[in-house]
Amino acid sequence: MSLTLKVNGENREINSPPDTPLLWVLRDELDLTGTKFGCGVASCGACTVHVNGRAQRSCVLPVSAVGEQEVTTIESIESKAAQAVQQAWQELDVVQCGYCQSGQIMQATTLLEDHAKPDDTQINTFMNGNACKCATYHRIRAAIHRASEIMEA
Amino acid sequence: MTQLSRRRFLQAGTAVGVSLVIGLDTNGTLAVASTNTDASINPFLKIDGDGTVTVIAKHFEMGQGTSTGLATLVAEELDANWDDVKVDFAPANNALYSNLFFKIQGTGGSTAMANSFMQYREAGASARDLLVRAAAKDWGVDASEITISEGLITHGSKSAGFGDVASTATTLEPVASPVLKQPADFTLIGRDYLQRKDSVAKTNGTAEFAMDVKVPNMLYVTLLRAPCAGGKLATFDASGAKDAPGFIDAMALPNKAGVAIYADSTYASIRARKLITATWDDSEADTRGSEAMMAEHVALVGADPQFPATPVDIATVSALNSDAAKMVDAQFTLPNLAHAPMEPMNCVIEPTATGVRVHDGCQMPTITQGAVAAVLQLAPENVEIRTVFAGGSFGRRANTVSDYHVEAAMAYALKEGKHAIKLIWSREDDLAGGFYRPMSVQKVSVGLDENGRVQGWEHRLASQSIMKGTPFESMVVHDGVDHSTVEGIVDTLYQIPQMAVGVSDYSTPRPALWWRAVGHSQNAFTMEIMMDMLAHAADEDPVDYRLSYLDEGDEKGSRFAEVIRLAAKESGWHERQKGEGYGFAAHFSFNTYVAEVAKVSLVDGKISIDKFTCAVDCGIAINPDVIRAQMEGAIGYGLGAIMRNQISFKDGVVEQSNFPDYEPLRISDMPDVAVHIVTSNEAPSGAGEPGLPPAGAALSNAIFDLTGNRNTELPMTVHGVSFA
Repeated sequence: MSLTLKVNGENREINSPPDTPLLWVLRDELDLTGTKFGCGVASCGACTVHVNGRAQRSCVLPVSAVGEQEVTTIESIESKAAQAVQQAWQELDVVQCGYCQSGQIMQATTLLEDHAKPDDTQINTFMNGNACKCATYHRIRAAIHRASEIMEA
Repeated sequence: MTQLSRRRFLQAGTAVGVSLVIGLDTNGTLAVASTNTDASINPFLKIDGDGTVTVIAKHFEMGQGTSTGLATLVAEELDANWDDVKVDFAPANNALYSNLFFKIQGTGGSTAMANSFMQYREAGASARDLLVRAAAKDWGVDASEITISEGLITHGSKSAGFGDVASTATTLEPVASPVLKQPADFTLIGRDYLQRKDSVAKTNGTAEFAMDVKVPNMLYVTLLRAPCAGGKLATFDASGAKDAPGFIDAMALPNKAGVAIYADSTYASIRARKLITATWDDSEADTRGSEAMMAEHVALVGADPQFPATPVDIATVSALNSDAAKMVDAQFTLPNLAHAPMEPMNCVIEPTATGVRVHDGCQMPTITQGAVAAVLQLAPENVEIRTVFAGGSFGRRANTVSDYHVEAAMAYALKEGKHAIKLIWSREDDLAGGFYRPMSVQKVSVGLDENGRVQGWEHRLASQSIMKGTPFESMVVHDGVDHSTVEGIVDTLYQIPQMAVGVSDYSTPRPALWWRAVGHSQNAFTMEIMMDMLAHAADEDPVDYRLSYLDEGDEKGSRFAEVIRLAAKESGWHERQKGEGYGFAAHFSFNTYVAEVAKVSLVDGKISIDKFTCAVDCGIAINPDVIRAQMEGAIGYGLGAIMRNQISFKDGVVEQSNFPDYEPLRISDMPDVAVHIVTSNEAPSGAGEPGLPPAGAALSNAIFDLTGNRNTELPMTVHGVSFA
């Protein structure tokens, strides 16, 4: 039995078993490898994608539970907030190893869609589940503020 | 171009039109070729017909910014347009791409820029010289009248891009010693901000890590490993997995280290693994628990050291201290730590016509090449290493036994080379998989005279040696002392009279490994807390007290004093009130001088780490913004571990399983960080590691300043400190 998944604006036939986490369907079956595996238990956020426009951890979300909802990955985010976040990340050279950054960007995009001008406390609270072992956090905070400015302009 | 240099170059695959390639030949001489030759050497840079400059990085990129740095060196001397420069990673080849400090191809010890500084500049300068002479020839003008700026070659009204003259350049012979720029003429080296070469790919999902590699006919493999280090597979039963979706096969590794579980996807292998049971022979395993391990370390520092690490011995200094006006004693305990980079270990091995190709974020390409070749009984040159981005390392991938590559090679061999293999570690595998920073217990007794000056320093360490038994042993271990165990103590820049250091080795079959900053990560913690304690015992300011032990007539002492003063000034150290929560620490490592000031406060009775001020002198700052990023990141990486990380054992089994119990630093923990770089034209030194060593001591000293509680046992949260 196959499922149909709406990913990045397309309907994709899925052959993975229905209890397979969305993360592994995206990575191994659909070759959307920008979404990363870091822990498998929703404690690092490297696997963050948008489900109906909201940041979610794909490593603990069975693909069968996605249903009709629309999945968006780092490869095709294009909202105003997403573009501002990517631009700010590049301006400030936030990345180091880069492995967590897709997840950081997906999470930050949702933050800015909820709060156009978040303060440091809001940033810390909303981004706290996204781990970065390179500890680029100082720049992530600055880049979220910068993205907020870009969106205002 | 002579036949000799022509045949030394490899044909470069996908160039646009004719390309110019520049590299060292096997005699270490700069040589040139075009890509339509059949030569057999790889270059440091390539210039395509469309003007694209490709820098071939002999060092891998784990986030430390080396690919940007190497590109900067070439682009500077070449006067290239930064936007036209891209970076590819070099294949495995010791003769061409060795780290000039290690004599093997590898990245580590914060040496990437230091060992490449002249080599990559010369490659760029040589190419520039060829382009100038090629343009002169094409235009019939004097080469001395030609200028290059931002990728544009100009003479009077004539101008050309690099690609336009690359073809002519390949017909010319490179000069033996190209003229390098003077520092005053640098336009890219030292520029405050130059966009990282990996910034765009790492923000749009296209950056390729080994975890992302997919090749035809590939099986996904996870391993069921022995729970105790040194345990061997006795039996296993895979019957429970036979109906699991996507499960293909389970086979014992030939070295009995575990069971390879083959499946048609990563998750299918992870799922099947849970359904497979095994029994283990623990007769040679380390089944000790953390408490027993700690007790053994404590006993070792309580006994006579096995190896004296200084000319003066501990008994002599101990006798000298018998008339000390005051003794300052402390015992430090530092736990095992895992590296836990964001990308769990993995690699892909696929068959090629003559052997295999390994896709990996490869930190020591020629060591991995040899290790895989040995397992597969191939000639090393038939093991191709394709290096891709590494999702962090912090030392984990620089592994002289190439553990995960060897596992993948064994899994590949078991399937007789009929399938490509992708080996994936889970986070649980990563935390349980050994190769930890060793536990360290240090006992320090310092005698002060009536003026508060050190008259004798006794320092006993017990730790597992990292270097013994590795290819680096002959370089680093002398008279039984593994220098990496005592670095930062025996070679401190403080002029301490009568310092005696003694080491005892803790032994276990569990492999130890360097962790970011190696011994400095532990020893700066002990040294800089001791300096703080001594300053307090002497009733002196901690910064002034440190400075009073430096010989500022000496270059190193002078540079160290400068960063100490700079961090004090920028942090407002001398304007602070005692008890406001300021802590100071400074350390010299990887030829770089760093001083840090931590500022903490109490929030609801818990410690909030508010700010770090960092001053660094790493010689000439090639990419100042990358250096700032490395200081920020090293402080954060160090703080996370010091606050709450430890790998502990119960009956030999690791107690931590995943991030929830090996909690990374989070954004809410991260202080504001201000980095101040000393302007310098000295040779470049390390940047990736030196920011870490002072961080823990600065934090501990700040907490003491605020609360009066002295914390010498790590992690802090296990020993009574709560963080906001």
